[in-house]
Amino acid sequence: MAEAQNIPAGSTTAGSIAVAAESTVATRMSAPPSFDVRDFPVPHGREEEWRFTPLARLRGLHDGTAVATGDGLRVEVTAPEGVVVETVGRDDARLGRAGTPVDRIAAQAYSSFEKASVVTVPKETVLTEPIRIAVHGEGGTVFAHQVVELGAFAEAVVVIDHTGDAVLAANVDFVLGDGAKLTVVSVQDWDDKAVHVAQHNTLIGRDASFKSVVVTFGGDLVRLHPRISYAGTGGEAELFGLYFTDKGQHQEHRLFVDHNTPHCKSNAVYKGALQGDDAHAVWIGDVLIQAKAEGTDTYEMNRNLVLTDGARVDSVPNLEIETGEIAGAGHASATGRFDDEQLFYLMARGIPAAEARRLVVRGFFAELVQQVGVADVEERLLAKIEAELEASV
Amino acid sequence: MATLEIRDLHVTVEAENGPREILKGVDLTVKQGETHAIMGPNGSGKSTLAYSLAGHPKYTITGGTVTLDGEDVLEMSVDERARAGVFLAMQYPVEVPGVSVSNFLRTSATAVRGEAPKLRTWVKEVKSAMEQLQMDPAFAERNVNEGFSGGEKKRHEILQLELLKPKIAILDETDSGLDVDALRVVSEGVNRVRETGEVGTLLITHYTRILRYIKPDFVHVFANGRIAESGGAELADKLENEGYEAYTKGGASE
Repeated sequence: MAEAQNIPAGSTTAGSIAVAAESTVATRMSAPPSFDVRDFPVPHGREEEWRFTPLARLRGLHDGTAVATGDGLRVEVTAPEGVVVETVGRDDARLGRAGTPVDRIAAQAYSSFEKASVVTVPKETVLTEPIRIAVHGEGGTVFAHQVVELGAFAEAVVVIDHTGDAVLAANVDFVLGDGAKLTVVSVQDWDDKAVHVAQHNTLIGRDASFKSVVVTFGGDLVRLHPRISYAGTGGEAELFGLYFTDKGQHQEHRLFVDHNTPHCKSNAVYKGALQGDDAHAVWIGDVLIQAKAEGTDTYEMNRNLVLTDGARVDSVPNLEIETGEIAGAGHASATGRFDDEQLFYLMARGIPAAEARRLVVRGFFAELVQQVGVADVEERLLAKIEAELEASV
Repeated sequence: MATLEIRDLHVTVEAENGPREILKGVDLTVKQGETHAIMGPNGSGKSTLAYSLAGHPKYTITGGTVTLDGEDVLEMSVDERARAGVFLAMQYPVEVPGVSVSNFLRTSATAVRGEAPKLRTWVKEVKSAMEQLQMDPAFAERNVNEGFSGGEKKRHEILQLELLKPKIAILDETDSGLDVDALRVVSEGVNRVRETGEVGTLLITHYTRILRYIKPDFVHVFANGRIAESGGAELADKLENEGYEAYTKGGASE
């Protein structure tokens, strides 16, 4: 079911479907999950989970030399009535329930944060307006922890918006009660120098549905690790991602969906456009269907559009199936380029060069932008895509 | 009346050991309403002529002139040429991922016509053109040329020809790779455009087969980078019987 086509020089696309007695998705990590940074060796760069990441640009987040500045990151939560917004200490029982750090930076973040933010939507509360979490960097180095929890049958949309300049390592937990519906839009619209490494843990309750839209434009280095697991049957996860990787940027999205419960669904679609020298996008799509997860239905796809020479894509879908009793499982990865021949073709039909490029990129991202469902965010994304293209022409 | 005038056109391409001259002085005049068939063996430079007229960056013009109604075509960018009324139906149309046929056609028609076509009439126009070319309506939602069969690609090229209504249509081996049914459908599309009397057609082909469906007013034999012989439709019959041998062995009438 893997497919790869039109792969330009300088990109790699690898895929595998493994049927194994022992989980390779789990054992590919160099250490078992832990909340304590001391349980993880300092990475040297050849580990499976670090091999694509330029460690030298992590500003010391990975080796203990990054020191929290205390301030330098402003977080503002705007929530409709009925939502409880709290700042809590490290010992709060609600922290860390959706997942455990799986790499050294996530563990460093968990070991180093001082206060956490907890946003709770009480059970059966259905919000009509989004909760907005504005994260604005003012040059600091920060370790953070954020929890968003929905009670049973609650419904909410959360927009997390990252702007400014910061070195940020964080864990974000999303906990969905039974039958809850949560949409999370996470926008990484950082300034050029920002470094952002985060693990997003989602625990999906029985018959609950989770939709995430991850949008990454900015930063010097952004490495996000969304992880999904299920607390009961009938859970659904839709994971959408859109990235626009420019000259010199490293943007890495590593997904892990742990089908640990029967009759759950997951669908991942990540798309990226790249332009400029040393633009580097990494997409890892790990899906594990455990032996007990009968009736699982999963699909994951990554598409990349390379707009100029000098950009690099690493796309690695990995599907591991421990039971044959599933509804469906598949993955696809393709990296294509917008090249001179395409440009010529469109121009030969009267379309000016800049418009031709816009046409291609807009069309490529359209289905993902529509998934956002928050009008002002959609407009901003489209404007952002336009601006990225203006910069390239 | 629109006239394309090609005078003493010289074109080179970059080869391993420096520039190589492909077109060595082409003279040709195509007027609105006329159909010129350009026939020749592989490597004679037919396609180079087509792509040079459309402005493909791979080809360098080293001499000569091309004008459309007196305007210097060679000075125009690729999109300006298309908007001025030059259309090239390509032999190998490229895939454009992420752009649907319907979006592409409308963007193109808007650019060429100078204003967005009115939506209601446009939908009808596209629908009827697609029906005539026996194209499934679902085609409009597919990405441009992505996964198209050879026949679908050619129909899609002719669909654009019908919608964009150029002054000069250059058809580069539109017949290649088509079975008889597809060739008939595509030829009928070309003939519908020709019958308007408003297009000058430059039909580039290796085979005489397509000339049974599209009757040329003039036939030119292309050999060694220039027109070696010109005549009426009867010249095609001669080529059908005798092949290109006389021209490739240097026996062209000069």
